[in-house]
Amino acid sequence: MKEIRLLAPNGNLGSGYLLSSLEHGLAANPDVIACDSGSTDNGPSYLATGEPYFPRPLYIRDLSHLIRAGLTRRVPVIIGSAAGAGTDPGVNFLADVIREIVRKESLHCRLALIYSDQSKTSILDKLAAHRIRALWPSDDLAPRTVEHAERIVGMMGCEPLVNALDAGADVILAGRASDTSLFAALAVLRGFPPGPAWHAGKILECGAAAAVHRFHPDCMMALVREDHFIVWPPNPEMSCSTVSVAAHTLYENADPYLMREPSGTLVTRECRYEQVDERSVKVSGSQFQEARPYTIKLEGSEFVGFHSIVISGIRDPMIVRHLEPFLAEVRARTERQVAENVGLTTPEYLLNFRVYGRDGVMGRLEPVKEPAHEVGIVFETFAPSQEQANSIVATAHYLALHNRVPQWTGMVTNLATPHSPSVVARGRAFRFSINHTVEPDTPTEMFRTVFEQL
Amino acid sequence: MAKLGDLARLIRSKNAGPFLLTFDIMFGDAETYRTVKDARVLTASLIAKTYGIPEEHVRLVEYDPGWAFKATIPRPIPSGDPLDTDIYGAQQHAPLVDLELSVVPNRP
Repeated sequence: MKEIRLLAPNGNLGSGYLLSSLEHGLAANPDVIACDSGSTDNGPSYLATGEPYFPRPLYIRDLSHLIRAGLTRRVPVIIGSAAGAGTDPGVNFLADVIREIVRKESLHCRLALIYSDQSKTSILDKLAAHRIRALWPSDDLAPRTVEHAERIVGMMGCEPLVNALDAGADVILAGRASDTSLFAALAVLRGFPPGPAWHAGKILECGAAAAVHRFHPDCMMALVREDHFIVWPPNPEMSCSTVSVAAHTLYENADPYLMREPSGTLVTRECRYEQVDERSVKVSGSQFQEARPYTIKLEGSEFVGFHSIVISGIRDPMIVRHLEPFLAEVRARTERQVAENVGLTTPEYLLNFRVYGRDGVMGRLEPVKEPAHEVGIVFETFAPSQEQANSIVATAHYLALHNRVPQWTGMVTNLATPHSPSVVARGRAFRFSINHTVEPDTPTEMFRTVFEQL
Repeated sequence: MAKLGDLARLIRSKNAGPFLLTFDIMFGDAETYRTVKDARVLTASLIAKTYGIPEEHVRLVEYDPGWAFKATIPRPIPSGDPLDTDIYGAQQHAPLVDLELSVVPNRP
């Protein structure tokens, strides 16, 4: 029976791993090294701006060992969802890092860059052709949402990666890609039955997360055969158990039995988990149902406004116990003053008070009603310009600072503000605006691959 | 009566993408999981009431291989929206921790 070995250094490129763990993994002769570099979990700004998620030195550190190992052992290295969100600038940013590493190590490399940004025109065309559907719980996609997007990416499946491998790429740097497809690609190219390959990928995409105790970001390895796979963490101090591996499909998924990929659905309903030694688990029964039609997930992010905040605390019980009317008065006074001094009225700007100690974490889901002894308040504004956002939040803060407290008589100062200056300009804020799938003509037509010889 | 947080080995919340919030209630052994499952008290209705949302918005899965229950709901506010409180959706499970259930834990 044929077999293939997959090595993941961690679940998020740049988050680190032990060099000793990587070396243990390399000693087990992987056929491919793959690493996920992005997630929508990072929030909408990276998708919009194309800025990398981690500072550059962290990427250099993680990539140096992988590139060196891959090129010297002739093992392909696949990186997906480059630099945090898989944008074109993210791909170019990591490509630059890779070129630097290859040059420094005096190695040679056939590099494949696969871009996933989508033009608005192409998406509008697909929308007009009724090829776009909303994912629950989003609404149908409106043309104006496409036009207003800062950036749109398509999440590629394994096909562009398979093609790049087939064309002899040593290192593949992909834009937005299904995390699992980074690991399934080589197995698919070599004609393995898809179930075990995709399931192994599902576990490896998170690095050591499926270990019983994940002490820190670290490696995970899988040996994939035609009707099962075996998974274990290369770090000898970590181990997998049947439950830790079975429980992994719970993480960040709506359904642990069904996980949708562009080309189909991984079905784990019939899986059996066996402990083969103290640290390794064998998984059999993984199935993959081909999708008809093939769909690509679209992610989009749009500009919301410029963001400014001020952080303060309140400890006075007379205010804490009557916080709602107090803040309502501050809001009303702010709105009046902002209309006069800044020339804006709601909804041209958004003014928000986050109250930690009341419902700062859970918002309207919070069931607890008793106030704490103190509250932390984040005053924040989203406005068309940074200066306007600064002005509005400064106004709200200053009015709150000395707003009358009905329970007291005389001049009061109501906030414990820890910083001076207190206004923090946070720059441009974004939100996710597209959560849809599209039926492409082919699995690869939405993505552009460029080869480079280093 | 027992508190869910005392019965479970782990209760957590996380994003399942930016628009869904997923809760995992994971038990440390098959027996505790089975006791809770057979008692039929951890239901979509209970989750809906705890979070003040319609029952039809709750997707509940009983996951035997992982000794776990999973409940997924639409995020009230998408991740990263201006009014979002929790980018990762990681701290929304607290009301489940102190939930009282009519289950008698079978402990020696």
